[in-house]
Amino acid sequence: MSDVNTTMEHTHAEAHDHAHEAHHENFFTKYLFTMDHKMIAKQFLITGIFWAIIGAFFSVVFRLQLGFPDADLSWLAPVMGRWLTPDGALDPNFYNALITMHGTLLVFFVLTAGLSGTFANFLIPLQIGARDMASPMMNMLSYWFFFLASVIMFVSLFIPDGPAQGGWTAYPPLSYLLGHGMTLWLLSLTFFVASTVLGGLNYITTILNMRTKGMSMFKMPLTIWALFFTAVIGLLSFPVLVAGFILLIFDRSLGTSFYLSDLVVNGQFLDKGTGSPILYEHLFWFLGHPEVYIVILPAMGIVSEVLSVNSKKPVFGYRAMVFSILAITILSFLVWAHHMFVSGMNPFVGSIFVLFTLLIAVPSAIKVFNWIATIWRGNIRLNPQTMYAIGFVSMFISGGLTGIFLGNSTIDIQLHDTYFIVAHFHIVMGVAAFFGMFAGIHHWFPKMFGRYMNRSMAYMHFWVTLIGAYLIFWPMHYMGMAGVPRRYYTFDAFDAFSQFAGMNVFITVVVMIVFAFQILWVANFFYSIFKGRKVKESNPWGATTLEWTTPVNPGHGNWPGEIPEVYRWPYDYNKNGHEFIPQTVPMEEGELEHEETPAPEKVS
Amino acid sequence: MTALLIILVIVLVLVVLLQIALTSDFINFIKGDDDEEGRSKFQGSMLMVFLVIGFITLIWSIFYFKGRFLPEPASEHGHLIDMNFNLALFFTGIVFVVTQILLFYFAYKYRYRKGRKAFYFPENNKLEVAWTIVPAIVLTFLIVKGLTSWYAITSDAPEDKIVFEATGKQFAWVLRYPGADGELGALAGRDKVSPTNEVGIDWNDPSSKDDFLANDIVLPVGKPVEVKIEAMDVIHSFFLPHFRVKMDAVPGITTRFWFVPTITTAEMREKLGDPGFNFELACAELCGRGHSSMRKVVTIVTPEEYQKWVEAQTPYSQLVGAYEQKTSRQTAENANVGTALNAEIN
Ligand code: HEM
Ligand SMILES: [Cu+2]
Ligand SMILES: [Cu+2]
Repeated sequence: MSDVNTTMEHTHAEAHDHAHEAHHENFFTKYLFTMDHKMIAKQFLITGIFWAIIGAFFSVVFRLQLGFPDADLSWLAPVMGRWLTPDGALDPNFYNALITMHGTLLVFFVLTAGLSGTFANFLIPLQIGARDMASPMMNMLSYWFFFLASVIMFVSLFIPDGPAQGGWTAYPPLSYLLGHGMTLWLLSLTFFVASTVLGGLNYITTILNMRTKGMSMFKMPLTIWALFFTAVIGLLSFPVLVAGFILLIFDRSLGTSFYLSDLVVNGQFLDKGTGSPILYEHLFWFLGHPEVYIVILPAMGIVSEVLSVNSKKPVFGYRAMVFSILAITILSFLVWAHHMFVSGMNPFVGSIFVLFTLLIAVPSAIKVFNWIATIWRGNIRLNPQTMYAIGFVSMFISGGLTGIFLGNSTIDIQLHDTYFIVAHFHIVMGVAAFFGMFAGIHHWFPKMFGRYMNRSMAYMHFWVTLIGAYLIFWPMHYMGMAGVPRRYYTFDAFDAFSQFAGMNVFITVVVMIVFAFQILWVANFFYSIFKGRKVKESNPWGATTLEWTTPVNPGHGNWPGEIPEVYRWPYDYNKNGHEFIPQTVPMEEGELEHEETPAPEKVS
Repeated sequence: MTALLIILVIVLVLVVLLQIALTSDFINFIKGDDDEEGRSKFQGSMLMVFLVIGFITLIWSIFYFKGRFLPEPASEHGHLIDMNFNLALFFTGIVFVVTQILLFYFAYKYRYRKGRKAFYFPENNKLEVAWTIVPAIVLTFLIVKGLTSWYAITSDAPEDKIVFEATGKQFAWVLRYPGADGELGALAGRDKVSPTNEVGIDWNDPSSKDDFLANDIVLPVGKPVEVKIEAMDVIHSFFLPHFRVKMDAVPGITTRFWFVPTITTAEMREKLGDPGFNFELACAELCGRGHSSMRKVVTIVTPEEYQKWVEAQTPYSQLVGAYEQKTSRQTAENANVGTALNAEIN
C-alpha cells in the first residue's frame, strides 16, 4: 500500500513537468509494465483491436466457404497451407476451428477484455474522481494475464492439429475428443478468467471505496453503474466457468468422467461410466448467459452517456436505468437454461426458465424506452459517437425482440441451433456491443490520445456497418425459421437448406465489404493517434463528468492539483438556462435536484 | 488470381476513401468553421432515408421469401409452435416498428440547431410505470400461451404410439424400428457394440428379435410417433425442420420427442408442385467434421403403406445372424437364457 502511495505521489508531482518525467519513465515502465490505469486501458484496447481483426478475418474465410463453396482458396495457402484440401477447398475441421476461434475471440477477447477492460480501466478512476485503481499492481496483472491468455490462444493457431474445433461452447464429449488445440484453448481461457477476476475485483473495490468527495453512488454516471454491475456479474459467474473447465481438463487428462458416459468412438469402446455432458452445459451457461450481459452492459452505459451529452439533455429516468441494470444483473443468473430447452432437460425446469427469460425483457425494454425519451426534444449533435449510439439502440431493439421468440421454449424447439440464433446474438450482442464500443472510443478518444478521430471516415464506417449489419444478419432470421442449422460446413446435402444458396452468396459479399470498412476504421484509429487534429479545449463535447476536468493529456494521477469535489448528478444539461453544468459546480441556492423537478405540465 | 484482383480493388477503394476523408476533414479545419448544424442535418436526413428504405426492403423481403421461412408444418404440434411464433411476431412487430420509427425520427427532428434549448426532462414516473406494466402484461400473455403449448408438446405420448429409435454417431444416424411386436428390444450397453450389433442391442430381450434397422425414416400419417433418441459418441441433435421436432441426442441418457405427422410425402409433393420434395432429418448440434452430412430422408406414408413397409423389412438379428452366433457364447455366460433362446429360435 505504501508502495502504491509513493509511486502515485511521485508521478503526481511529475505531471507538471514532462521533461522531468522522461527521465524516470523508460519505454518499459511507461508503455509495457505500466500501472497507470489509462495506459492499461489502451493496452486492453489495442490488444482487443488486434484480436478483432483476426476474428473478423476468420469470419470472412468461413463466409467464403458458405457463399462460394467451390471457390479456389489456394491463394490463401501461404497463410493457412495445411488447412486447404489439395483442390483449394477449406478442410471441414478447419471450418470448425474458424467458427470456434471467431466466437471465442470476439466474445471473450474483444467484447469482454477489449470492451470492459478498456472502458472500466479508463473511465472508473476518471469519472469517480480517483487517481488510479484501488490496486494498480493487480490491474497490471490483469492485463498481463490477458496477454498470456492471448499468447496461448495465438500459439494454438499454429500447432499441427489446429486450434480448438468444438464451438465457443466446447460441449463435451466432442471437446473431450479433440486434440491439443482444445488443451490450449482451455488453458488460455483459464488465464483469461484470472484476468477478468483480478480486473473485476479491482473495479468493484475502486468504485466502492475511492469515489471523490460528494460522489455518492447516485451521483455516478451510468457508465460507472454499468461497469460496476458488469464486474459483479463477471466475478460471480466466471469462476463457475473455470470450475466447468477444470472438470473438463480432468476428464481430458486425468481419466475422470464427470461429463463422460460409456462411449463408442469410431467403433472403439471407451469405458467411462455414467457422467453427464448436461452438467457441463449447466456450468457453461451459468457463465455463458451472464457473459452476454457482461458484453452488453458496458455498451449500454456508454450509450446512455453519449446520448445524453450529445443531446444536451439528461438521461431520462436515471434511477430507472440503474434499477434496470440491477434487475438485469440479478435475472441474468436465473435464465441460463434457456440455452438448453431441447437438451433433454426436464420440461418443467424448462418452463421456469421461460418465465425468468421473458421477465428479463422488461428491464431491457425500459432501457430502450428511456434512451428514446432521452433524445426526445433534445438538441442532438449527430457526431459519429451519437450515430454509433443510435445504431446501438436500433440494433438492440431488433435483436432484443427476437430474444422474445427464443425465450419461449415452444418456439425455440424450431429455432434452437439455427441461423435464427446466429442472427439474434450477432445483432443484439455482436453489432450492438461494437457500436457501443465505437461510440465510446470516438467519445473518449480526445481524452485518451489528446486528438480527434477523423470524422468523415467515421461516418462512412458507420453507414456501411449499419446497413451491412442489417443486410448480413436480417436474412439469417429467414434461414433460421426454415431450419437451416448453424455451424454447417456446407448445406449441399439438404434440399431444405441448400435453397438459400443465393442468400449465402449475398451475405458473403456484404461481409467482405463490411470487413474492408472495419479495416478503414482501424486505419482511422491508428492514423488519428499520431496525426489526428489536436484537442485544444479540455472539455470538447461540453460534458459534465469529471474526466473532462483533467488536463487535455492527464498524467499519471489524473489531476495535477486536488481531486475535484462533486456537488450534483452528472446529467444537468439545459437546466435553468445553462447548456451544461459540470458536476463540480455547487448547487445554487434553492436549486432543485433532478428527482425533485416537478413534472412538466404538458408533455408535448 | 481474380481473388487477388478483387482484393487489390478493395484496397484501392479504401485508400481513395481514406484520402477523401482526410481532405474533407482538413478542409473543414482550414476553413475554421465546423458547420455542426449542416452536418447534423445531413446525417439526420440520412437516418430518415435509412428508416424508409429499410422498411421498404423489409416488407419486400417478406414477400420475396414468403413460403420459404416457416415452411408448412407437417405435424400437429407444429401448428401450435407456429401459432406461438405468429403471436410473438405480432407483438414484437408492433414494438419494433414503433420504437425504430421513434428512434430515427427523433434523431432527425431534434437534431442540433444553433441556439435551440433542449427540454430538461429528467424523470416522469407515470411514463415509466406505463412502459413497465404494458410489456409485463404482454409478456405474461406470451408466457401463458407458450407454456400451455410447451406442456402439451412435452406431455407423455399416447398409449397407441409407434416408437422408433434414432442413435446419433459420428456421422450418421442409426434408425431402429420395433418390428411386428411393436416393442423395441432393450439395449445391453455400449460395450456390446460391434460391427454386427451397431447399437449394442440386448439379444437376450425377446423383443429384440424382430427389431429392424432402416435406411431412412418411414412413418404413417396421423399416428402418434415417439422417437427414442440416443447418442453413441458426442452430442447430436435430432432435427426434423418440417415437423418442428428438435431434441438433443446425449450420450448416456435417453431423450424422447413425440409428434403426429399430418401430411404424407406424396400429398406434400402435390401441394408444392415439386415431385422431388422430401422431408429431411438433420443434425443440429455441432458434432465434428461431418456434422453437415448427417442427413436421412423422412417419408410419410398412409398407415396401410406403412404396414406393408414394416412387413417387408428383415429383422436385424436375422441379418447379422445374432442368434446362431450367440448360442455358444451365451451358454457360457448365462446358461438358462441361452438355452431358452436356443429353443425359441429353433
Ligand atoms: C431481451 C431479452 C433476451 C432474451 C429473451 C434472449 C433469449 C435468448 C435465448 C432463449 C437464447 C437461446 C436460444 C437457443 O440457443 O436456442 C439466446 C441466445 C443468445 N443470446 Fe439472447 N436473449 C435476450 C437478449 C440478449 C442479449 C442482450 C444478448 C447479448 C448482449 C444476448 C446474447 C445471446 C447469445 C450470445 C446467444 C447465443 C449463444 C449461443 O448459443 O452461442 N441475448 N437468447
Ligand atoms: Cu442466454
Ligand atoms: Cu452434428
